[in-house]
Amino acid sequence: MIEVKNINKSFKDHQVLFDVSSTFEKGRVNLIIGQSGQGKSVLAKCMVGLHEIDGGQIYFDGRDFAAMNRIEKTQIRQEIGMLFQGSALFDSLTVEQNVMFPLTMFTKMTKKEIQDRVDFCLDRVNLSGKNKLFPSECSGGMQKRVGIARAIAMNPKYLFCDEPNSGLDPITSILIDGLIKDITYEYDITTIVITHDMSSVMEIGDHILFIHKGNNWWEGDRESIINTENPEIINFVYASEFMQKIRTSMQEKKHI
Amino acid sequence: MKILGNIGKYFLMMKVVFTKPKKWGIFWQLLLNEIQLIGINSIPIVILMSSFMGGVIALQTASNMSSPLLPAYTVGYITQSSTILEFSPTIISLILAGKVGSNIASEIGTMRITEQIDALEIMGVNSLNHLVLPKIIAAILFFPILVIFSMFMSLMGGYISLVLSDLTSTETYILGIRAFFEVGNIYYALTKTVVFGFLIVSVSSFYGYYAKGGALQVGESSTKAVVVSMISILIANFILTQMILL
Repeated sequence: MIEVKNINKSFKDHQVLFDVSSTFEKGRVNLIIGQSGQGKSVLAKCMVGLHEIDGGQIYFDGRDFAAMNRIEKTQIRQEIGMLFQGSALFDSLTVEQNVMFPLTMFTKMTKKEIQDRVDFCLDRVNLSGKNKLFPSECSGGMQKRVGIARAIAMNPKYLFCDEPNSGLDPITSILIDGLIKDITYEYDITTIVITHDMSSVMEIGDHILFIHKGNNWWEGDRESIINTENPEIINFVYASEFMQKIRTSMQEKKHI
Repeated sequence: MKILGNIGKYFLMMKVVFTKPKKWGIFWQLLLNEIQLIGINSIPIVILMSSFMGGVIALQTASNMSSPLLPAYTVGYITQSSTILEFSPTIISLILAGKVGSNIASEIGTMRITEQIDALEIMGVNSLNHLVLPKIIAAILFFPILVIFSMFMSLMGGYISLVLSDLTSTETYILGIRAFFEVGNIYYALTKTVVFGFLIVSVSSFYGYYAKGGALQVGESSTKAVVVSMISILIANFILTQMILL
Protein backbone atom coordinates (compact mmCIF):
# COMPACT_ATOMS: atom_id res chain seq x y z
CA MET A 1 0.00 0.00 0.00
CA ILE A 2 1.18 3.51 -0.78
CA GLU A 3 -0.10 6.52 1.10
CA VAL A 4 0.54 10.12 0.13
CA LYS A 5 -0.25 12.88 2.58
CA ASN A 6 -0.39 16.60 1.84
CA ILE A 7 2.04 16.51 -1.07
CA ASN A 8 3.14 19.94 -2.28
CA LYS A 9 5.42 20.50 -5.22
CA SER A 10 6.55 23.66 -6.98
CA PHE A 11 8.90 24.35 -9.88
CA LYS A 12 10.44 27.75 -9.12
CA ASP A 13 7.40 30.02 -8.54
CA HIS A 14 4.90 27.68 -10.17
CA GLN A 15 3.11 25.40 -7.72
CA VAL A 16 1.99 22.19 -9.38
CA LEU A 17 0.63 20.10 -6.49
CA PHE A 18 -1.45 21.41 -3.60
CA ASP A 19 -1.80 19.22 -0.50
CA VAL A 20 -2.55 16.05 -2.45
CA SER A 21 -3.46 13.10 -0.24
CA SER A 22 -4.63 9.63 -1.18
CA THR A 23 -4.21 5.93 -0.41
CA PHE A 24 -3.36 3.38 -3.07
CA GLU A 25 -4.30 -0.10 -1.93
CA LYS A 26 -2.41 -3.32 -2.55
CA GLY A 27 -3.82 -5.77 -5.09
CA ARG A 28 -5.79 -3.06 -6.89
CA VAL A 29 -5.22 -1.07 -10.04
CA ASN A 30 -5.11 2.56 -8.91
CA LEU A 31 -5.51 5.15 -11.64
CA ILE A 32 -4.40 8.76 -11.54
CA ILE A 33 -6.34 10.59 -14.21
CA GLY A 34 -6.73 14.17 -15.32
CA GLN A 35 -6.12 16.51 -18.20
CA SER A 36 -2.60 17.16 -19.46
CA GLY A 37 -0.62 19.60 -17.33
CA GLN A 38 -2.66 19.09 -14.16
CA GLY A 39 0.15 17.42 -12.19
CA LYS A 40 -0.53 13.69 -12.38
CA SER A 41 2.88 12.74 -13.79
CA VAL A 42 4.55 15.09 -11.31
CA LEU A 43 2.70 13.33 -8.48
CA ALA A 44 3.89 9.93 -9.70
CA LYS A 45 7.47 11.17 -10.14
CA CYS A 46 7.36 12.60 -6.60
CA MET A 47 6.17 9.22 -5.34
CA VAL A 48 9.10 7.36 -6.87
CA GLY A 49 11.59 10.04 -5.88
CA LEU A 50 12.42 11.46 -9.30
CA HIS A 51 11.22 14.84 -7.97
CA GLU A 52 11.91 16.06 -4.44
CA ILE A 53 8.68 17.11 -2.72
CA ASP A 54 8.38 20.51 -1.01
CA GLY A 55 6.15 19.16 1.74
CA GLY A 56 4.14 16.13 2.81
CA GLN A 57 4.76 12.42 3.34
CA ILE A 58 4.90 9.34 1.13
CA TYR A 59 4.56 5.99 2.86
CA PHE A 60 5.46 2.69 1.19
CA ASP A 61 3.79 0.17 3.50
CA GLY A 62 4.31 2.53 6.41
CA ARG A 63 7.89 3.49 5.47
CA ASP A 64 8.32 7.27 5.09
CA PHE A 65 10.04 7.59 1.71
CA ALA A 66 10.55 11.35 1.82
CA ALA A 67 12.45 11.13 5.11
CA MET A 68 14.87 8.46 3.84
CA ASN A 69 18.50 8.97 2.84
CA ARG A 70 19.82 8.05 -0.63
CA ILE A 71 20.77 4.47 0.33
CA GLU A 72 17.39 3.74 1.95
CA LYS A 73 15.60 5.23 -1.06
CA THR A 74 17.68 3.00 -3.33
CA GLN A 75 16.47 -0.05 -1.38
CA ILE A 76 12.82 1.03 -1.74
CA ARG A 77 13.35 1.67 -5.45
CA GLN A 78 14.41 -1.94 -5.92
CA GLU A 79 10.87 -2.83 -4.87
CA ILE A 80 9.43 -0.54 -7.55
CA GLY A 81 8.85 -1.44 -11.18
CA MET A 82 8.08 1.35 -13.59
CA LEU A 83 6.75 1.39 -17.11
CA PHE A 84 7.57 4.69 -18.77
CA GLN A 85 5.48 6.55 -21.31
CA GLY A 86 8.10 6.03 -24.02
CA SER A 87 9.09 2.61 -22.59
CA ALA A 88 12.61 3.95 -21.78
CA LEU A 89 14.29 0.76 -22.94
CA PHE A 90 18.07 0.88 -23.19
CA ASP A 91 18.78 1.28 -26.92
CA SER A 92 22.13 -0.44 -26.86
CA LEU A 93 20.76 -3.60 -25.20
CA THR A 94 18.61 -6.35 -26.65
CA VAL A 95 15.13 -7.15 -25.33
CA GLU A 96 16.64 -9.93 -23.23
CA GLN A 97 19.45 -7.75 -21.87
CA ASN A 98 16.95 -5.03 -20.96
CA VAL A 99 14.95 -7.45 -18.82
CA MET A 100 18.16 -8.98 -17.47
CA PHE A 101 19.62 -5.62 -16.44
CA PRO A 102 18.06 -5.20 -12.95
CA LEU A 103 18.63 -8.88 -12.21
CA THR A 104 22.37 -8.77 -12.98
CA MET A 105 22.69 -5.45 -11.19
CA PHE A 106 20.94 -6.27 -7.93
CA THR A 107 20.66 -10.01 -7.42
CA LYS A 108 23.13 -12.80 -6.77
CA MET A 109 21.30 -15.15 -9.11
CA THR A 110 23.32 -17.47 -11.33
CA LYS A 111 23.37 -16.98 -15.11
CA LYS A 112 20.97 -19.91 -15.50
CA GLU A 113 18.54 -18.52 -12.92
CA ILE A 114 18.67 -15.08 -14.54
CA GLN A 115 18.02 -16.57 -17.98
CA ASP A 116 15.08 -18.57 -16.64
CA ARG A 117 13.60 -15.49 -14.99
CA VAL A 118 14.04 -13.43 -18.18
CA ASP A 119 12.37 -16.16 -20.26
CA PHE A 120 9.53 -16.34 -17.74
CA CYS A 121 8.97 -12.55 -17.78
CA LEU A 122 9.07 -12.38 -21.58
CA ASP A 123 6.70 -15.33 -21.79
CA ARG A 124 4.38 -13.58 -19.30
CA VAL A 125 4.05 -10.62 -21.69
CA ASN A 126 3.76 -12.89 -24.76
CA LEU A 127 7.21 -12.08 -26.11
CA SER A 128 8.79 -15.54 -26.09
CA GLY A 129 11.43 -15.87 -28.77
CA LYS A 130 11.95 -12.13 -29.15
CA ASN A 131 14.99 -12.16 -26.82
CA LYS A 132 17.58 -11.07 -29.34
CA LEU A 133 15.70 -8.15 -30.90
CA PHE A 134 16.84 -4.59 -30.22
CA PRO A 135 14.24 -2.01 -29.04
CA SER A 136 14.50 -0.24 -32.41
CA GLU A 137 13.33 -3.47 -34.07
CA CYS A 138 10.22 -3.70 -31.87
CA SER A 139 6.81 -2.09 -32.45
CA GLY A 140 5.38 0.38 -29.91
CA GLY A 141 3.22 -2.31 -28.32
CA MET A 142 6.15 -4.73 -28.10
CA GLN A 143 8.30 -2.06 -26.50
CA LYS A 144 5.62 -1.48 -23.86
CA ARG A 145 5.48 -5.20 -23.18
CA VAL A 146 9.27 -5.37 -22.84
CA GLY A 147 8.94 -2.43 -20.44
CA ILE A 148 6.42 -4.40 -18.39
CA ALA A 149 8.66 -7.49 -18.45
CA ARG A 150 11.58 -5.38 -17.18
CA ALA A 151 9.35 -3.78 -14.54
CA ILE A 152 8.22 -7.15 -13.14
CA ALA A 153 11.62 -8.87 -13.42
CA MET A 154 12.54 -8.07 -9.82
CA ASN A 155 9.13 -9.15 -8.44
CA PRO A 156 8.20 -5.60 -7.45
CA LYS A 157 5.82 -4.73 -4.65
CA TYR A 158 4.82 -1.53 -6.43
CA LEU A 159 4.22 -1.02 -10.13
CA PHE A 160 4.00 2.44 -11.70
CA CYS A 161 2.81 2.85 -15.28
CA ASP A 162 3.06 6.27 -16.91
CA GLU A 163 0.51 6.50 -19.71
CA PRO A 164 0.95 2.88 -20.81
CA ASN A 165 -1.43 3.28 -23.77
CA SER A 166 -0.05 6.43 -25.33
CA GLY A 167 0.63 5.96 -29.02
CA LEU A 168 -0.95 2.51 -29.18
CA ASP A 169 -3.89 1.29 -31.25
CA PRO A 170 -7.08 0.31 -29.34
CA ILE A 171 -6.48 -3.44 -29.58
CA THR A 172 -2.90 -3.22 -28.30
CA SER A 173 -4.11 -0.81 -25.59
CA ILE A 174 -6.60 -3.39 -24.36
CA LEU A 175 -3.82 -6.00 -24.36
CA ILE A 176 -1.54 -3.79 -22.28
CA ASP A 177 -4.39 -2.90 -19.89
CA GLY A 178 -5.18 -6.59 -19.50
CA LEU A 179 -1.54 -7.39 -18.72
CA ILE A 180 -1.32 -4.66 -16.08
CA LYS A 181 -4.56 -5.86 -14.47
CA ASP A 182 -3.56 -9.55 -14.51
CA ILE A 183 -0.10 -8.85 -13.10
CA THR A 184 -1.58 -6.72 -10.31
CA TYR A 185 -4.00 -9.44 -9.21
CA GLU A 186 -1.63 -12.34 -9.82
CA TYR A 187 1.26 -10.93 -7.77
CA ASP A 188 -0.91 -8.90 -5.37
CA ILE A 189 1.04 -5.69 -5.92
CA THR A 190 0.18 -2.02 -5.59
CA THR A 191 -0.25 -0.69 -9.10
CA ILE A 192 -0.54 2.98 -10.00
CA VAL A 193 -1.38 3.88 -13.59
CA ILE A 194 -1.28 7.44 -14.90
CA THR A 195 -3.62 7.80 -17.81
CA HIS A 196 -6.14 9.94 -19.59
CA ASP A 197 -7.45 7.10 -21.67
CA MET A 198 -11.11 6.59 -20.73
CA SER A 199 -11.25 3.03 -22.02
CA SER A 200 -8.44 2.16 -19.56
CA VAL A 201 -10.41 3.84 -16.79
CA MET A 202 -13.41 1.66 -17.53
CA GLU A 203 -11.39 -1.52 -18.12
CA ILE A 204 -9.02 -1.61 -15.18
CA GLY A 205 -9.74 1.24 -12.74
CA ASP A 206 -10.38 -0.24 -9.29
CA HIS A 207 -9.60 3.06 -7.61
CA ILE A 208 -9.50 6.37 -9.48
CA LEU A 209 -7.92 9.61 -8.36
CA PHE A 210 -8.82 12.65 -10.47
CA ILE A 211 -6.21 15.40 -10.33
CA HIS A 212 -7.36 18.84 -11.36
CA LYS A 213 -5.30 22.03 -11.05
CA GLY A 214 -2.85 20.16 -8.82
CA ASN A 215 -5.53 19.11 -6.32
CA ASN A 216 -7.11 15.81 -5.39
CA TRP A 217 -10.39 16.80 -7.03
CA TRP A 218 -12.27 13.52 -6.83
CA GLU A 219 -11.75 9.89 -5.84
CA GLY A 220 -13.87 6.83 -6.51
CA ASP A 221 -14.22 3.73 -8.64
CA ARG A 222 -15.26 3.11 -12.24
CA GLU A 223 -18.95 2.82 -11.40
CA SER A 224 -19.08 6.07 -9.46
CA ILE A 225 -17.16 8.04 -12.12
CA ILE A 226 -19.99 7.37 -14.59
CA ASN A 227 -22.65 8.64 -12.25
CA THR A 228 -20.83 11.58 -10.70
CA GLU A 229 -22.24 15.07 -11.08
CA ASN A 230 -18.85 16.74 -10.57
CA PRO A 231 -18.66 19.18 -13.54
CA GLU A 232 -14.87 18.85 -14.07
CA ILE A 233 -15.15 15.07 -14.19
CA ILE A 234 -18.08 15.28 -16.58
CA ASN A 235 -16.04 17.61 -18.82
CA PHE A 236 -13.12 15.19 -18.73
CA VAL A 237 -14.94 11.87 -19.07
CA TYR A 238 -17.48 13.03 -21.63
CA ALA A 239 -15.20 15.34 -23.59
CA SER A 240 -15.88 13.70 -26.95
CA GLU A 241 -19.19 13.92 -28.81
CA PHE A 242 -19.40 10.14 -28.80
CA MET A 243 -19.14 9.97 -25.00
CA GLN A 244 -21.69 12.77 -24.66
CA LYS A 245 -24.16 10.72 -26.70
CA ILE A 246 -23.55 7.75 -24.41
CA ARG A 247 -24.19 9.95 -21.37
CA THR A 248 -27.39 11.33 -22.88
CA SER A 249 -28.68 7.86 -23.71
CA MET A 250 -27.78 6.64 -20.20
CA GLN A 251 -29.65 9.53 -18.64
CA GLU A 252 -32.67 8.89 -20.87
CA LYS A 253 -32.71 5.23 -19.80
CA LYS A 254 -32.57 6.33 -16.15
CA HIS A 255 -35.64 8.55 -16.59
CA ILE A 256 -37.56 5.77 -18.29
CA MET B 1 26.13 33.79 -12.04
CA LYS B 2 24.95 30.98 -14.31
CA ILE B 3 28.57 30.00 -15.00
CA LEU B 4 29.29 29.80 -11.26
CA GLY B 5 26.12 27.76 -10.78
CA ASN B 6 27.19 25.35 -13.52
CA ILE B 7 30.68 25.00 -12.03
CA GLY B 8 29.14 24.15 -8.65
CA LYS B 9 26.76 21.67 -10.27
CA TYR B 10 29.68 20.11 -12.17
CA PHE B 11 31.65 19.47 -8.96
CA LEU B 12 28.57 18.05 -7.21
CA MET B 13 28.10 15.75 -10.20
CA MET B 14 31.72 14.59 -9.97
CA LYS B 15 31.20 13.72 -6.30
CA VAL B 16 28.41 11.33 -7.31
CA VAL B 17 30.37 9.96 -10.29
CA PHE B 18 33.35 8.93 -8.18
CA THR B 19 31.63 6.39 -5.96
CA LYS B 20 32.18 2.64 -5.79
CA PRO B 21 30.49 0.81 -8.68
CA LYS B 22 27.60 -1.42 -7.62
CA LYS B 23 29.02 -4.46 -9.42
CA TRP B 24 32.61 -4.61 -10.59
CA GLY B 25 31.80 -7.22 -13.26
CA ILE B 26 29.39 -4.83 -14.96
CA PHE B 27 31.82 -1.95 -14.54
CA TRP B 28 34.67 -3.83 -16.31
CA GLN B 29 32.33 -4.76 -19.13
CA LEU B 30 31.25 -1.12 -19.55
CA LEU B 31 34.88 0.01 -19.34
CA LEU B 32 35.90 -2.32 -22.19
CA ASN B 33 32.98 -1.04 -24.28
CA GLU B 34 34.02 2.55 -23.64
CA ILE B 35 37.66 1.83 -24.50
CA GLN B 36 36.39 0.50 -27.80
CA LEU B 37 34.07 3.49 -28.42
CA ILE B 38 36.22 6.31 -27.09
CA GLY B 39 39.69 4.96 -27.76
CA ILE B 40 39.98 2.33 -30.45
CA ASN B 41 37.39 3.97 -32.72
CA SER B 42 39.43 7.20 -32.57
CA ILE B 43 42.59 5.60 -33.97
CA PRO B 44 41.83 6.31 -37.68
CA ILE B 45 41.27 10.04 -37.12
CA VAL B 46 44.40 10.23 -34.95
CA ILE B 47 46.47 8.56 -37.70
CA LEU B 48 45.09 10.89 -40.35
CA MET B 49 45.46 14.12 -38.39
CA SER B 50 48.87 13.31 -36.92
CA SER B 51 50.45 12.22 -40.21
CA PHE B 52 49.44 15.40 -42.00
CA MET B 53 50.29 17.55 -38.99
CA GLY B 54 53.83 16.13 -38.81
CA GLY B 55 54.22 16.42 -42.57
CA VAL B 56 53.23 20.10 -42.55
CA ILE B 57 55.50 20.95 -39.59
CA ALA B 58 58.50 19.33 -41.31
CA LEU B 59 57.75 20.96 -44.67
CA GLN B 60 57.21 24.43 -43.22
CA THR B 61 60.34 24.27 -41.08
CA ALA B 62 62.45 22.99 -43.97
CA SER B 63 61.15 25.56 -46.46
CA ASN B 64 61.61 28.49 -44.02
CA MET B 65 65.18 27.62 -42.99
CA SER B 66 67.10 30.17 -45.04
CA SER B 67 69.93 30.91 -42.57
CA PRO B 68 73.08 28.79 -43.17
CA LEU B 69 73.85 29.11 -39.45
CA LEU B 70 71.02 26.74 -38.61
CA PRO B 71 72.10 23.09 -38.65
CA ALA B 72 70.25 20.78 -41.06
CA TYR B 73 68.96 18.62 -38.22
CA THR B 74 66.83 21.60 -37.02
CA VAL B 75 63.91 20.30 -39.11
CA GLY B 76 63.83 17.01 -37.18
CA TYR B 77 64.41 18.72 -33.87
CA ILE B 78 61.58 21.25 -34.34
CA THR B 79 59.21 18.56 -35.61
CA GLN B 80 60.04 16.37 -32.62
CA SER B 81 59.76 19.06 -29.95
CA SER B 82 56.63 20.76 -31.28
CA THR B 83 54.93 17.41 -31.80
CA ILE B 84 55.73 16.08 -28.35
CA LEU B 85 55.20 19.29 -26.40
CA GLU B 86 52.11 20.71 -28.03
CA PHE B 87 50.75 19.30 -31.23
CA SER B 88 50.11 15.72 -30.19
CA PRO B 89 48.69 16.29 -26.70
CA THR B 90 46.83 19.54 -27.33
CA ILE B 91 45.72 19.46 -30.95
CA ILE B 92 44.73 15.79 -30.83
CA SER B 93 42.81 16.44 -27.60
CA LEU B 94 40.99 19.33 -29.27
CA ILE B 95 40.07 17.04 -32.15
CA LEU B 96 38.94 14.34 -29.72
CA ALA B 97 36.86 16.94 -27.88
CA GLY B 98 34.95 17.36 -31.11
CA LYS B 99 34.63 13.67 -31.92
CA VAL B 100 34.30 12.03 -28.51
CA GLY B 101 32.76 15.00 -26.66
CA SER B 102 29.84 15.45 -29.02
CA ASN B 103 29.28 11.70 -29.07
CA ILE B 104 29.13 11.46 -25.27
CA ALA B 105 26.92 14.54 -24.83
CA SER B 106 24.42 13.39 -27.44
CA GLU B 107 24.38 9.80 -26.16
CA ILE B 108 23.75 10.79 -22.53
CA GLY B 109 21.43 13.64 -23.58
CA THR B 110 19.29 11.25 -25.62
CA MET B 111 19.17 8.86 -22.67
CA ARG B 112 17.99 11.76 -20.52
CA ILE B 113 15.15 12.92 -22.79
CA THR B 114 13.97 9.38 -23.52
CA GLU B 115 13.74 8.71 -19.75
CA GLN B 116 16.41 5.99 -19.84
CA ILE B 117 18.28 7.79 -17.06
CA ASP B 118 15.06 7.99 -15.03
CA ALA B 119 14.64 4.24 -15.60
CA LEU B 120 18.12 3.64 -14.16
CA GLU B 121 17.38 5.84 -11.15
CA ILE B 122 14.04 4.11 -10.50
CA MET B 123 15.83 0.75 -10.48
CA GLY B 124 18.11 2.14 -7.79
CA VAL B 125 21.16 2.50 -10.05
CA ASN B 126 23.46 5.48 -9.50
CA SER B 127 23.09 6.65 -13.10
CA LEU B 128 26.04 9.05 -13.01
CA ASN B 129 28.39 6.43 -11.68
CA HIS B 130 27.05 3.81 -14.11
CA LEU B 131 27.21 5.99 -17.22
CA VAL B 132 30.05 8.44 -16.65
CA LEU B 133 32.72 6.69 -14.57
CA PRO B 134 33.60 4.02 -17.20
CA LYS B 135 33.89 6.76 -19.84
CA ILE B 136 36.24 8.84 -17.67
CA ILE B 137 38.44 5.86 -16.80
CA ALA B 138 38.51 4.75 -20.45
CA ALA B 139 39.62 8.24 -21.54
CA ILE B 140 42.27 8.50 -18.83
CA LEU B 141 43.65 5.08 -19.76
CA PHE B 142 43.43 5.27 -23.53
CA PHE B 143 44.03 8.94 -24.47
CA PRO B 144 47.73 8.71 -23.51
CA ILE B 145 48.04 5.67 -25.79
CA LEU B 146 46.40 7.64 -28.60
CA VAL B 147 48.80 10.53 -28.02
CA ILE B 148 51.87 8.28 -28.08
CA PHE B 149 50.49 6.84 -31.30
CA SER B 150 49.95 10.38 -32.58
CA MET B 151 53.57 11.37 -31.78
CA PHE B 152 54.87 8.40 -33.73
CA MET B 153 52.58 9.06 -36.69
CA SER B 154 53.42 12.77 -36.71
CA LEU B 155 57.17 12.04 -36.88
CA MET B 156 56.47 9.47 -39.58
CA GLY B 157 54.43 12.05 -41.48
CA GLY B 158 57.39 14.45 -41.31
CA TYR B 159 59.71 11.74 -42.59
CA ILE B 160 57.45 10.85 -45.53
CA SER B 161 56.92 14.52 -46.47
CA LEU B 162 60.70 15.03 -46.59
CA VAL B 163 61.14 11.92 -48.70
CA LEU B 164 58.52 13.22 -51.12
CA SER B 165 59.70 16.84 -51.18
CA ASP B 166 63.46 16.29 -50.95
CA LEU B 167 63.88 19.57 -48.98
CA THR B 168 66.37 17.98 -46.58
CA SER B 169 67.82 14.52 -46.08
CA THR B 170 66.02 11.96 -43.99
CA GLU B 171 69.27 11.11 -42.14
CA THR B 172 69.54 14.65 -40.76
CA TYR B 173 65.81 14.57 -39.98
CA ILE B 174 66.28 11.44 -37.85
CA LEU B 175 69.36 12.98 -36.27
CA GLY B 176 67.24 16.04 -35.39
CA ILE B 177 64.54 13.87 -33.85
CA ARG B 178 67.12 12.19 -31.63
CA ALA B 179 68.97 15.42 -30.77
CA PHE B 180 68.14 16.98 -27.40
CA PHE B 181 65.41 14.40 -26.84
CA GLU B 182 64.11 14.55 -23.28
CA VAL B 183 62.03 11.79 -21.77
CA GLY B 184 60.57 14.38 -19.38
CA ASN B 185 58.78 15.98 -22.29
CA ILE B 186 56.91 12.73 -22.90
CA TYR B 187 55.80 12.63 -19.26
CA TYR B 188 54.72 16.25 -19.54
CA ALA B 189 52.68 15.49 -22.67
CA LEU B 190 51.06 12.43 -21.13
CA THR B 191 50.18 14.30 -17.93
CA LYS B 192 48.49 16.95 -20.02
CA THR B 193 46.66 14.30 -22.01
CA VAL B 194 45.25 12.65 -18.89
CA VAL B 195 43.91 16.03 -17.71
CA PHE B 196 42.50 16.81 -21.15
CA GLY B 197 40.87 13.38 -21.39
CA PHE B 198 39.23 13.87 -18.01
CA LEU B 199 37.99 17.33 -19.00
CA ILE B 200 36.57 16.20 -22.36
CA VAL B 201 34.58 13.32 -20.90
CA SER B 202 33.42 14.97 -17.68
CA VAL B 203 32.36 18.25 -19.32
CA SER B 204 30.57 16.45 -22.16
CA SER B 205 28.83 14.11 -19.72
CA PHE B 206 27.74 17.11 -17.66
CA TYR B 207 26.07 18.79 -20.63
CA GLY B 208 24.46 15.54 -21.75
CA TYR B 209 23.22 14.57 -18.30
CA TYR B 210 21.52 17.88 -17.65
CA ALA B 211 20.01 18.20 -21.13
CA LYS B 212 16.33 19.10 -21.15
CA GLY B 213 13.63 19.20 -23.80
CA GLY B 214 13.89 17.38 -27.11
CA ALA B 215 16.22 16.62 -29.98
CA LEU B 216 16.97 20.30 -30.58
CA GLN B 217 18.13 20.81 -26.99
CA VAL B 218 20.27 17.66 -27.14
CA GLY B 219 21.96 19.13 -30.21
CA GLU B 220 22.53 22.40 -28.36
CA SER B 221 23.95 20.53 -25.37
CA SER B 222 26.27 18.65 -27.67
CA THR B 223 27.56 21.89 -29.21
CA LYS B 224 28.00 23.47 -25.77
CA ALA B 225 29.85 20.37 -24.58
CA VAL B 226 32.36 20.61 -27.44
CA VAL B 227 32.89 24.37 -27.06
CA VAL B 228 33.30 24.26 -23.27
CA SER B 229 35.58 21.18 -23.48
CA MET B 230 37.82 22.98 -25.97
CA ILE B 231 37.98 26.14 -23.85
CA SER B 232 38.74 24.02 -20.76
CA ILE B 233 41.56 22.28 -22.64
CA LEU B 234 43.11 25.59 -23.67
CA ILE B 235 42.92 27.01 -20.13
CA ALA B 236 44.24 23.77 -18.61
CA ASN B 237 47.05 23.71 -21.18
CA PHE B 238 48.13 27.20 -20.17
CA ILE B 239 48.02 26.38 -16.44
CA LEU B 240 49.84 23.04 -16.85
CA THR B 241 52.54 24.60 -19.03
CA GLN B 242 53.11 27.25 -16.36
CA MET B 243 53.20 24.63 -13.61
CA ILE B 244 55.33 21.94 -15.25
CA LEU B 245 57.69 23.61 -17.68
CA LEU B 246 58.34 27.02 -16.12
